[in-house]
Amino acid sequence: MTKKILIFLFILIPINVNALIEVDITRGNLNPLPLAVSPLSIDEESRKSFEKILKKENIGTEISNIVENNLRTSGLFNPLDKKAFLQAPDIANLKPRFEDWNLIKAQALITGKVNFVDEKLRVEFRLWDVLAAKEMMALAFTTVPNNWRRVGHIISDKVYERLTGEKGYFDTRIIYVSEEGPKTQRIKKLAIMDQDGANNKFLTLGNELVLTPRFNPASQMVTYLSYFKNMPRVYLLDIETGTQEVVGDFPGMTFAPRFSPDGKKIIMSFAKDGKSDIYTMDLENRIVEKITNHPSIDTSPSYSPDGKFITFNSDRSGYQQIYVMKNDGSDVKRISFGNGLYGTPVWSPRGDLIAFTKLHKGKFYIGVMRTDGSGERLLTENYYQEAPSWSPNGRVLIFYRETKTNAKGEGFSAKLWSIDLTGYNERQINTPTDASDPSWSSLLSN
Amino acid sequence: MRLSKIFKNTLLVLTACLVLSACATKKEVATDIKGQIQGDVYTGTDTVKYLADGVPDRVFFATNESILTTASRETLRAQAAWLRKNPGINVVLEGHADERGTREYNLALGERRANAAKDYLMTYGISSDRITVLSYGKERPVDSGSNPLAWSKNRRSVTVKAN
Repeated sequence: MTKKILIFLFILIPINVNALIEVDITRGNLNPLPLAVSPLSIDEESRKSFEKILKKENIGTEISNIVENNLRTSGLFNPLDKKAFLQAPDIANLKPRFEDWNLIKAQALITGKVNFVDEKLRVEFRLWDVLAAKEMMALAFTTVPNNWRRVGHIISDKVYERLTGEKGYFDTRIIYVSEEGPKTQRIKKLAIMDQDGANNKFLTLGNELVLTPRFNPASQMVTYLSYFKNMPRVYLLDIETGTQEVVGDFPGMTFAPRFSPDGKKIIMSFAKDGKSDIYTMDLENRIVEKITNHPSIDTSPSYSPDGKFITFNSDRSGYQQIYVMKNDGSDVKRISFGNGLYGTPVWSPRGDLIAFTKLHKGKFYIGVMRTDGSGERLLTENYYQEAPSWSPNGRVLIFYRETKTNAKGEGFSAKLWSIDLTGYNERQINTPTDASDPSWSSLLSN
Repeated sequence: MRLSKIFKNTLLVLTACLVLSACATKKEVATDIKGQIQGDVYTGTDTVKYLADGVPDRVFFATNESILTTASRETLRAQAAWLRKNPGINVVLEGHADERGTREYNLALGERRANAAKDYLMTYGISSDRITVLSYGKERPVDSGSNPLAWSKNRRSVTVKAN
């Protein structure tokens, strides 16, 4: 459905300065770094050309708004009010008057320029260290005009990476389940949107129940559960072509699918005779392997990023707990031992943590623990919430939460929320309908 | 003498208190569940439909459980007798969970509940060829409320005619 997008990226001037500013992302958003995002300057002729194509009055301002919004929502940066800016965008991009930017307490400055060249969008931007009065980075992109939002996300990722030392997560998408209608006859559709909520699209029509879509970390494929013909089965969907196929030939319900980190296998549960076990299917040779073999419910499997281990949910101890095993099913160890029930374990892309949902005394928590079960930390508590999914850099979790819509505790609404790994910066992500089961894609460009 | 009298009175008062409080607790519980839940399992008939006269279509479960209660076994015996009388009818057992659990685990739990019902029907002579199991997890509650009574109605396995 979505065409692969080519973005040409080259470094304008390779400058290696010893950066004085650095954002410590382990401390959360207590002291977000004040920075100024000067609107990208644009000449009148280019402005008119883009206005005609994109119906946006000033594409330079639009792109810088995306950058500003991304950096603000990360919780690590505090973009300053543009009204306080003293220097015009075009001049700032040539040579900032650092004392002016220092005066408004900006520690970093982003400037840039947009041009219409050969029917294409050319954007250059620079990141400046205001205190050191030096340029930190300069990049330029050329792409088709329709990609303007992605250019904003890529600039955000570059700035984030330069200032935090870690990869960003802005040029990404979220796949989720859109929900409408009364609880007893909920209509659910697969939907996809940019990480910031823009470009929302529905991928299925709502004729059958769909659940738990998950991205392939290595491509733009999705696996999910569909009740097509009232047979709950795991499906594969290519979001570029729209092609769908059922995964494997199981005589019963398959569910809880995820991809292996290399994208070559699907791991999932197969339920039969009251028992649910974990299976994998190789997508190339279609070979199916049974990984667990236990009379209990074994579900919600998730691979470690190196593919060597699997974390999963099992009630073999009597109640839902989190386990870790080797990828062949051997060496099963229970890792959750706190009070309450534990479900939906998901291995962090950084490898060091497992995120989970915890149920305790009528409350639902999203939390993280180390892969041996130590260091459990609960990030957020609510009436009902579950299904965390990691941002590709392992810094942010997205999940869904159901809340009551009136004071009597009646009605309900399901929305997507994100929270920083530190437990700070909890935010609702706007969706056109109610929403659940979010899954974060990898970075679209690297 | 006087002391013992005081003691006696105190004792009387204490006993009265105990009796009263016991009554109060019992009453509270009774009004809470309106006689519709027993040991966490729904025992009411609000949502029940009938496959035939005297053949209820559903059985209910306790939280996180898939054990059949005495009442559930009675319902399933009635279903088995009805199925034996109507050999041309096949059924789908739809297993459900309440909303207070994670989605994927609840899909498995719904499957386990429907299978508990299936196993019981089979021990009463119904061939597995006539039974299909379908779990909806928590996706199709019958009561949209968010309270213990609604949840108890939703923890169920429903026998539905397939043809």
